[in-house]
Order: sequence, then structure tokens, then C-alpha cells
Amino acid sequence: MCTLELRNLRKVYSNVEVIKGVDLTIKDREFVVFVGPSGCGKSTLLRMIAGLEEISGGDFMIDGVRVNDVPPDKRGLAMVFQSYALYPHMTVAENMAFALRLAGVPKPERDERVMVAAKTLQLDALLERKPANLSGGQRQRVAIGRAIVRQPKAFLFDEPLSNLDAALRVQTRIEIAKLHNDLKSTMIYVTHDQVEAMTLADRIVVFNAGKIEQVGTPLELYHNPANLFVAGFIGSPKMNLIAAEVRSSDGRTSVLTLEGGSLFSVPKALVPGQKLTIGLRPEHIAVVAEGGMAGRVEVVEHLGNETIAYASIGAAQPLTVKLPSDSDVRIGEMLHFASRGQTASLFDEAGSAIMSPSA
Amino acid sequence: MTKPTTAPPHRKKLMHTWPLLTPTVGVLLLWAFVPLAMTLWFSFQRYNLVDPTISGFAGFNNYKFLLESPAFLLSIVNELVLVGAVLIITLVLGVAFAVLFDQEFFGRSVARLLVIAPFFVMPTVAALIWKNLLMDPVNGVFAFVARSLGFTPIDWFTNYPMAGVVMIVAWEWVPFATLILLTAMQSLDRQQVEAAKMDGARGPQILRYVILPHLARPMTIVLMMETIYLLAVFAEIFVTTSGGPGNATTTLTYLIYLRALVSFDVGGAAAGGVLAVILANIVALFLVRTVARNVDL
Repeated sequence: MCTLELRNLRKVYSNVEVIKGVDLTIKDREFVVFVGPSGCGKSTLLRMIAGLEEISGGDFMIDGVRVNDVPPDKRGLAMVFQSYALYPHMTVAENMAFALRLAGVPKPERDERVMVAAKTLQLDALLERKPANLSGGQRQRVAIGRAIVRQPKAFLFDEPLSNLDAALRVQTRIEIAKLHNDLKSTMIYVTHDQVEAMTLADRIVVFNAGKIEQVGTPLELYHNPANLFVAGFIGSPKMNLIAAEVRSSDGRTSVLTLEGGSLFSVPKALVPGQKLTIGLRPEHIAVVAEGGMAGRVEVVEHLGNETIAYASIGAAQPLTVKLPSDSDVRIGEMLHFASRGQTASLFDEAGSAIMSPSA
Repeated sequence: MTKPTTAPPHRKKLMHTWPLLTPTVGVLLLWAFVPLAMTLWFSFQRYNLVDPTISGFAGFNNYKFLLESPAFLLSIVNELVLVGAVLIITLVLGVAFAVLFDQEFFGRSVARLLVIAPFFVMPTVAALIWKNLLMDPVNGVFAFVARSLGFTPIDWFTNYPMAGVVMIVAWEWVPFATLILLTAMQSLDRQQVEAAKMDGARGPQILRYVILPHLARPMTIVLMMETIYLLAVFAEIFVTTSGGPGNATTTLTYLIYLRALVSFDVGGAAAGGVLAVILANIVALFLVRTVARNVDL
């Protein structure tokens, strides 16, 4: 059992507040991913949870016990560092057994627990090697092994894949997902990569400037972003965000004038004259024969499995459209675009979502 | 692209490097091998500056005379005590200062400058300051402190001459050890320390399992560099004790000086010089072995 509870957690560095009051409950066996741009405070928050950074305000509870002033090793959490932080002069086995050795666990038990962890991670052939003689992926696994051996209440991962190459990153990501499934323990994972967040998380916490923007399952964030920041952050290619004004509304549907002059109707009652931002995912836009938004194709990217087109519709940003790979759009072509289904998100002037039309 | 007239690049390189090396190698030959050869030559000569009539080939007599004199064995013991004690003190304090000055605190850069400062004081000046201002049994600061606390002041150079010399030399060399080890501390991966904290290591254990292994290599470098210079310590002994009382602080280096420029026995001094070279090489051999072990981390 391990439930982590963050109550109005704050961190202040010499008058600069970097964590501005975070409330979050992480349930037992949950895989929570903290995601956000660089400098948003997600790593700092993880280090506060680990006990490596002092908590300036609020309460941090593990299983209902306040642990603000408990030293890191007594919190029962294990951390996997970005640089792996293996002890270079110790062998793989010694690295993994270090915590147990300090805790005074007798050698036979130590060896057994190291062996079990090594087998799960396919490290058993490397136990006598030094970290310098391991590849990046192997070092990563040793770092995870060192955490597993301690049988912690929860695992903390601080951008663990950012030092690996792309192919290895995908593979290790799958291994971590498998590991969570096998160990059934609570995990907190920090990353700036939204793909890692979407694929691994039970719940994603999106951070921006020291505050939580939204908490939800990957699909909740994808379908119902709470605000413009989350809308722009989750999804690739990015959601099209276009300024718009309500032109008319008949009580059931409203017609919007988009920046650039195109008209767009949404099944929602809105106040005419209201200024808002409409969000359209590139994968939810289709090419139609006529009507909709007209735009000239400026750039076409053929990715093999799909084709991305960027069309100028007169707005500040070109409209990004995801098309099938066999689509034969050409640069300079004039096309008409329409939203597929009723999948537009609307945001008011403050950037908060107006209850999505499909909801 | 490939022209048949162009010579292969590696051949060109071979032709051009040796003229560039020649000046260095030549200077090295002049500076190292000529004195060594002369020393070897003198060590087999009967050669006394006071009496020019004593001359000619001496065979191994100079060596025999030196090895049979009780002063020689004592000088080697003194040499090893001095070098060993200073090495231990500088390494222990060096590690302590390196860890301490690596921490964040107010005025750190000034403090770092001050801890390095003794290194810039020349040995003669350092020895004079310690002898006359600090360790003097009547006017020295140490004596003043001892008296004001109700103790009898220690007359260092009469009662504990070797300890006195060791203190001065160690004071000069702690900055060097600190400088090298502090630089090494700055390259320590902070996440390793944090990982150790998460693993349950406290201060002494972090020192034992993370910091000391990280410093092993720079410590060997300090050990090697200092040994080279400490074997040649002279000014501090000359200024403070002149090798005395008796032979208590006469190291091999100082003994050679006594033979050559007090007894004017150039032949005997040269023999001492040759033995010093052999001793230094034995020490170097041990050190190189330790380094070789440590480098394979």
C-alpha cells in the first residue's frame, strides 16, 4: 500500500516561488506522469517528494503520515536519476546491493534479492561488470535494478530516458510499462516528452510555471483539454488554435468567424460577439469538396504512414492537417477543410475550456 | 583527386617531426644527463675542495665511507619520516578542505583564495615566519597562546625538531593538495551523492563510498607530485634547524649539502647524490605501481 498526498505543496528559492501550491493525490499502484516544459517545476516537485529538496510550505503525506521532515532514505521511496548516478567504482551487483548493505541486511539475503532483480531486468550476466563497461541502456537497467532491490513503496523516475537514443528509448519505455505491470507498485515519472507521458501514464499531471494545469487520464487530456496550455502541449502535431468570434447563434448551434474570414459552425449556444479560441486537432480535419475553411497548401510533409499539410487560411498560424499517406496534395493547391465529426474544443478569452461541444 | 606526385601523408609527417623534437630532447640531455654523468664521475673520484692534492680514482671508497657512516642511515630514516608525515597530513587535510570548500557558504571564493595562499609563499620566507613569529619559544604566537592557557611553551626546534619541520612543510603543501582535490570534487556527479542519500548513506558513508573513491585518482597524483618535491626539501631545514640538533633533522638531501659545502668533500657528496637518485627511483617505483592500480577503476 502506498498513497502519496500532496497538500498545497510549495517551494521557494530565495524569494522566487517555483512550486506555487500543488494539490495532488496519487493512489496506490498508480502510474502518474508529471509532464511539462523545461523549468515548469516538475523535477523540483519530484525531488521534494524524494526528500532531496526541502519543502517550503504545505504537507506531504505518505499513507496518511506527514513526512515533510523525514530524511530521504526513511521515506521508503526509490529514485532513478536522469544520469543514472551509478557508483563508478562498484560492480553492478555492488551498486544494486548498496542500500541493503547500508541497512545491514546480511550478505546471503542481499545476494538473493540482487539476483532476483537482476533476472527480471536481464542483468544477471553483467553483475560483475563496472558501470564504465556497460552501454547506456544497460546502465539504465542497473539504475532501475538498484531501485527494485530496495522494494520501495513507490518508484520515482526523473527523466530516465532522456540520455538514450531514440530506438532504445522506445524499447526501455515498453520495459518500464511492463515493470509497472509486474511490480504493481506506485510510480511517479517525470518527463518533458508527451509521447512517454501518453503511453505510460494511468494519469498525467500537466505542469506549467509551478502549477498544475490539468490532471487526467491520457485520453481525457487529449479529448477535453482544460485550457489552451494543455491543448497545445498534448498531441502531435500540435492542435490548431485559431482566434474566432461568435457571429450568430440560434440557441442550438453557433456560427463562428475564424481569423482569416472562414466560417465555422459549432453545436453550442454562444453569445454573439464573444471572442474565443477554437481548437482543432490536425487528425480531425478532412479535405472537403467545397465550403469549410479555404486555404492554400504551403508545406507538405510525407512521413510514410501519414502526410502532414500546412495550409494558410489567413490566420496567424498555418492550419496543420493530417492526411492519409496516399493523399496527393501539392504545394500551392487551394483546398477546403472541414472538421470531421463534432470534435472542436472552445476556449474563452482567459484560455479556459468552454465545455466541449461533444460533452 | 589523387595526384601521383603527392607523397603519402604519413611519410611527410615522419620527415617533419624530429627537427621539432630536437631542441626539447637536446635541452633535456643537457639539463638532466650531463649533471647526472658528472655526479657519477665525481662519485668515483677523490675530490676535496679544501685540499687539491687529494685526487685520482677512488673506486667505491666514497660509497663505502658513506654507507658505513651512521649519519647516512639516519638521514634516510629522516627523509622517509619527513616525506611520509607530510604526505599523510596534506592528504588528510587536503580531502577535508576539498569537501569543506566545495560546500556553498558566504564568502566561499575569498576563503578558497586564502586556503590556497600559502602555496605562493616561498619556502625560505615560510620557514622564517614559522620559526620566528609562530614557533619561537619566547616571542612566538604559539608560546603566547600556550602561556595564556597556563601551559609551558614548547621549544619546537630543540625538543621536537622533526615535528617542527614537518609542520612547516605540511603548511606549504596542504594548499596544493586542496587545490587538486577541490577541482576533482567539482567534477563529482551530484546525483551520485543524492543517490547515496536515497540509499540511506549518511555523511561518513557518503565520504567513504562516494567521495573517497572519486578522489582516489587525484589523491595518487597529489601523492606522486608531492613526493618528487618533498624528497628535495632543503630551505626549511636550513633556515630552522640546520639539520640538528645533532643529526635529528638531517635528511639525505641535507646530508649531501653538508658533505659538499660544509666538509667540501665533493666525491662523498656525489656518491650521496647517486644514492639519492636510487632511493627516489625506488619510491617512484612503488608510487607508479599504486597509480597503475588506481587508474584501473
